[in-house]
Amino acid sequence: MEAYLDNAATTRVYDDVCRVMMEAMGQNYGNPSSLHMKGVEAENYIRDAKRIFAKILKVNEKEIYFTSGGTESNNTALIGAAMANRRRGKHIITTSIEHASVYNPLIYLESQGFEVTYLPVDHFGVVDLEALKGALREDTILVSVMCVNNEIGTIEPLDQIGKIVKDYNSDILFHVDAIQGFGKMYIYPARLKADMLSISGHKLHGPKGVGVLYIKDKVKVHPLILGGGQQKDMRSGTENVPGIAGIARAAADVYENFDEKIKRLYGVRRDFIAKMKTIEGVYINGYEDVTDMGFSKGCAPHVVSASFERIRAEVLLHALEEKGVYVSSGSACSSNHPAISGTLKAIGVGKKYLDATIRFSFCLETTEAETDYCIQCLKELVPVLRRYTRG
Amino acid sequence: MKYEAFLIKYGEIGLKGKNRYIFEDALIRQIRFALKGAGEFAVTKEQGRIYVDALSDYDYDEVVSALQRVFGIVGICPVIHCDDYSWDNLCRVVGDYIDEAYEDKHFTFKVEARRADKSYPKVSMEINADMGEYLLNRFPELSVDVHKPDVLLNIELRAKGHIYSKTIPGPGGMPVGTNGKAMLLLSGGIDSPVAGYMIAKRGVVIEATYFHAPPYTSERAKQKVVDLAKIVARYAGPIKLNIINFTDIQLAIYDKCPHEELTIIMRRYMMKIAERIALESKALGLITGESIGQVASQTMQSLAATNAVCTLPVYRPVIGFDKNDIIEISEKIGAFETSIQPFEDCCTIFVAKHPVTKPNIKAIERSERNLSEIIDGMIDEAVNTREVIICEP
Repeated sequence: MEAYLDNAATTRVYDDVCRVMMEAMGQNYGNPSSLHMKGVEAENYIRDAKRIFAKILKVNEKEIYFTSGGTESNNTALIGAAMANRRRGKHIITTSIEHASVYNPLIYLESQGFEVTYLPVDHFGVVDLEALKGALREDTILVSVMCVNNEIGTIEPLDQIGKIVKDYNSDILFHVDAIQGFGKMYIYPARLKADMLSISGHKLHGPKGVGVLYIKDKVKVHPLILGGGQQKDMRSGTENVPGIAGIARAAADVYENFDEKIKRLYGVRRDFIAKMKTIEGVYINGYEDVTDMGFSKGCAPHVVSASFERIRAEVLLHALEEKGVYVSSGSACSSNHPAISGTLKAIGVGKKYLDATIRFSFCLETTEAETDYCIQCLKELVPVLRRYTRG
Repeated sequence: MKYEAFLIKYGEIGLKGKNRYIFEDALIRQIRFALKGAGEFAVTKEQGRIYVDALSDYDYDEVVSALQRVFGIVGICPVIHCDDYSWDNLCRVVGDYIDEAYEDKHFTFKVEARRADKSYPKVSMEINADMGEYLLNRFPELSVDVHKPDVLLNIELRAKGHIYSKTIPGPGGMPVGTNGKAMLLLSGGIDSPVAGYMIAKRGVVIEATYFHAPPYTSERAKQKVVDLAKIVARYAGPIKLNIINFTDIQLAIYDKCPHEELTIIMRRYMMKIAERIALESKALGLITGESIGQVASQTMQSLAATNAVCTLPVYRPVIGFDKNDIIEISEKIGAFETSIQPFEDCCTIFVAKHPVTKPNIKAIERSERNLSEIIDGMIDEAVNTREVIICEP
C-alpha cells in the first residue's frame, strides 16, 4: 500500500487539470498578446481563470494577477508594496512563524532600510493580538500574516487582525499568505480587510510554477518583473497560459462540494490524531480537536504535526518511506535571523523534539484506509527505532 | 580555425623502457574512452607519439577538456593539417595559422621542421630558415629567438603536413589500467573521492564500496555517492560501485558493543567487507580518504585499529593533507559541490557523544567477541546481497 501524506509540500495534479493544460499547450498555444485568433483563444483561458478566482474569492476580476507561484506572489506583495509606499513610512509587521518566502523578502527589506516587527505566537501558533496592537505605529505601512501555518496547520485570526490593523489606520496594507489556506477554507479578502493575498497552484492539485496574487483595486504595488507590460504592467512576461488554465481548473474543482469534502477531512484528521495518541511518547503540535473551518481557534483539516520522543525525524521519515508512506520532517526551515525561529521553536516545542517532529498532510481525497495504514506503520516502526538512538 | 588533430605528449610513460607499449596502449584506450560521445576520432600511435585525428565534426572545448582528464597526458597540441605541402602552399597555410592563432604578434618564435618525407626539396634546416624568413616578411612585428622562443612552431612533413605550436597542459600521471586495481571505500564526503582520484592518477583501476544504512541513511545519500563515483569515473574510467546494506550490522554493533567504540568497530567491519569484495575482484589494495587526526576515528591509534583487520595494503593518499588541501583537489576535479550536499552517511548516524580516540586493539577485539556468534553470517549476508552499479561519467 502507498499513502502520500505530504500534501502540504505538493499535491497530485488532477486529471482534468492535466487535460486542460495539454489542450492549452497542444492546441490553443497562442500568445495571449497576439492580435489574431490564436492569441484570442489563449487569452480566453486567462479570462476564464480570472473569473473563477474572482468568484471564489468574491473579488473583482481585475484584481487577480498570475505569477510564477506562491513565492513570487509573496515577494511581489511585500517588496512591491513596501517600495511603492515607502514615503508613508518604513515599518512592517509580521509574525515569527511565516514561511521563508515571506521572511526572506522582509529580511531583504530590512537591508534596504525598512524596520520589521516579528510578532510572537502562543503555544498553538496563534499570533498575539495584543502584541499586534502594541506594534502598530504611525509609520507602519504593511502587515503580513499567513492564513494557515505550513508546519502545524494553525489558522490565524485574520478577521480580527484585519479589523485591528484597519481600525488603527486604514492606509496600512494587509497582506495574507494564503498558500496553505486556500482550498482548505473559504477566504474572502474583503471580509478580512486584506489588500493582498497569495495563492500557489501546486498546493491545490494544480501545476507547479503558477500562482495567484490578489491585489485590491487602487492599492499601490510596484512590479518586480519588468518587460512587455503584460497584466497591466504589474507582472510582465508572456502569461503561463497552460499553468493559468491549470490552476483555475484546480481551484474550481477543489471548491466544488467544498463543505462536504472539508467536513470529511476534519473527520479523517481527528481520527488520525486519536489513533496517533495511542502510541507512547507522541505529542501533537497545534490544535487537536477542531471540527470545522473558521478563523478563531481554528486549524486546517490537512496538517498534523507530531513529535516522536527519542526518534530522529529523518530516520522515521525514511523508515516510513520504505513502507510507502510519504511525509515531511517537521521543521525544514532554519534561519540565522534572531527574530525568526521556525514555527516549532516559536510555539515552544522543546529542543529535543525539534529534530523529532514529522508533518503529516492530507489532501481532500485522503482516505482513512491510508491514514490507518500510516498508523499501523508507525506502531511497527516507532518501538524499533527507539532502540537505536544517537549518543 | 579548425584544428584537425591533436598531438598527445606524454611524459613519465615515455621512460618505461621495454614496457612502454603497455603504457601507450593503455593511454590510447583511455583516450578513446574519454572521447566517446564527443565525435569520431582515430587514435593512433606513430613513431613514439599519439595522434588524435578528428574524423567528424567536434566541439573543440569539449574535446580538450575530455583529454585534460586522461591521466598520462602531459600536453595536448592542437594540430592543423596541410594536405598539399608544396612550398608556396605550405607557407600560406603556416602564415594563415599564425595569423589566426595569435592575435597579438609581438612575440619571438622559432621554426622547428621535421620531414619524414625525405624526397621533399628542402631539408629541415632549410625549411626552418626559409619559413622564418617568410613569416618575418609577412608579419613584421615578429622576431626570431632560437634559444628561448615564445612560440615554438612545429612543422612536420609526413603523409600530410602537421603544424602546431600550442601546448595545453594535461593532468600528468599514468594511464589508468597500467597498475592493477584497488578498492575505494567511498563515503559521501569530501575526502574519499579525492583519494580515489589520486590513486587512479597513478594508473590504478578503481572499484568502490559504499555502506548504505536505510532508513538511517536516505536514498538521496546513496544517489550522492553514485554521483560522486560518476565524477571520479570521468578521470578513472567506469567504476564498479558495490553498495552494501550495512544496517543490520550497525544495529548489532549498537546492541552488543560499548557505544564509545561504535565507530571504530563499525569501520573495522567496513574494512573487512571491503577487503572481501576486493579479493573477489582481484584488487590489490584498499583506498581510503583518511587523514591523520581529522576525526576521532582517524587518530593514529584508530587508524592502527582499523588497519589491523586487513591483509591487503591500505592506500591513504591524503593521509598528510590538511582539509583545505583536500578541498582544493575536490574543487579541481568537480566533486566538491556534490560532496557537501547535506545527507547523513552511516558514519555520522550513530556517533557516540565521546567516542574513543585512542582505542586499544585488545579492548576492541574483546568487544567484538560479543558479536562472534552472529557476525560472520551477517557479513556473508551483506556481501551476498550487495547491489552493484556500474558508474560511468
